[in-house]
Amino acid sequence: MRTLSTREISDCVYRLARKAGLTLTKSCRNALLSAENAETGAAQFALNAVLENEKVARREQMPVCQDTGMSVVLIELGQDVHLTGAPLKDAVDDGVRRAYRDGNFRKSICDPLTRANTGDNTPAHLHVEIVAGDKVNVCFLPKGFGSENMSRLYMLTPAEGREGIVNAIVETVKLAGSRPCPPVYVGVGIGGSFDGCALLAKKALLRDVGSENPRADVASIEKEALAKINTLGIGAQGFGGKVTAIGVSCEVAPTHIAGLPVAVNIQCHCVRCEKETL
Amino acid sequence: MKKLTLPLSADEIKALNAGDCVLLSGTIYTARDCAHRRIFELLDRGEKLPFDLKDAFIYYAGPCPAPAGKACGSCGPTTSARMNIFAPHLLNLGLGGMIGKGEMSEETRQAIQRNGRVYFAAIGGAGASYGNAVKTCECVAFPDLLSEAVYRMEVEDFPLVVAIDSKGNSIYKA
Repeated sequence: MRTLSTREISDCVYRLARKAGLTLTKSCRNALLSAENAETGAAQFALNAVLENEKVARREQMPVCQDTGMSVVLIELGQDVHLTGAPLKDAVDDGVRRAYRDGNFRKSICDPLTRANTGDNTPAHLHVEIVAGDKVNVCFLPKGFGSENMSRLYMLTPAEGREGIVNAIVETVKLAGSRPCPPVYVGVGIGGSFDGCALLAKKALLRDVGSENPRADVASIEKEALAKINTLGIGAQGFGGKVTAIGVSCEVAPTHIAGLPVAVNIQCHCVRCEKETL
Repeated sequence: MKKLTLPLSADEIKALNAGDCVLLSGTIYTARDCAHRRIFELLDRGEKLPFDLKDAFIYYAGPCPAPAGKACGSCGPTTSARMNIFAPHLLNLGLGGMIGKGEMSEETRQAIQRNGRVYFAAIGGAGASYGNAVKTCECVAFPDLLSEAVYRMEVEDFPLVVAIDSKGNSIYKA
């Protein structure tokens, strides 16, 4: 049994949040560079601005996007780890609180009805999964809501099958249009339950842009959906063009014999995601 | 790239075409979801607004806090479509135009055309660059809304694309 203070997890969340706010993932940056080369006119102007912006962000130590997001924290906790100190949830929130204060990040979390801002970007949206071993994997995803707002959940019938899944993905991106800051990264959950499916879609966004699901039948859905999305012509910022999405990632889980849930979680072109193992 | 300084004359606005890339300087006001609601409450009660709408430009944005030595933190645009329920009325009251990101409704497009105004798209996800181009930033209303408050900003060379021009043409696909 390994003992670990939740203070270390709090400090880890702090480090990951600070870095994520200022940095695009490498796979996202590479995908945007390819898109910039493929486009012309206003779309190319927009992609160039986004890539230059990351350099400004690094130089000036300012967040790449003012929407520093809802703090989504996913933790895989080894079952041979004994946590000590403050409750895990409080430790994670403390890491978020300190990072958003010290990093001059925007505080974007509010009550859904009164709209009163919590003032420190807490609570984080925390998922904990117990896994084998004595390590703790921490992943920090600052999720902007321009894109989150454009996400959808479909409860398809089994008969709608593969074709229904591809149509749901393409329809979601089409309906989102220029609003979520395209070119988008599309995370898709297939299967599970109503709630589990949405979490699968979020987890799909943690994968590198351009990576393939190891299951060949799932990878072929990713490929076909991406190709169809990129015939929509929405382009960067909706200015028209060939690249409306930089990637589609699907994750699957067993579901009920009566159903086929499909969740489509839209991520803007600012893919920010940092991971660390403790 | 064409350089423009606010306020824009009717002729300057008329010369802008959807798809043009411009660098805009001058005074703008930020307002997003909650600030718009408050502005409409003031209008309903016939009270004075925090800034004169006449020929003013609203930037749909909520900045990050300013780091030491800077006027403003990261400050890119937010999704304009959420303000479709507010924009036509403000345009009818004399608003000069809007800066945001993404398509707006048919009703907003018509209001822009009818009033001879313009909607500029800023580049979403380029918040650090826009924040750097803000030279002064002062909260003029609703400070309790934090980043959603109304800020008066002097900006220099904001890179923008004309998204809906005064003739009603739009860069976005119908």
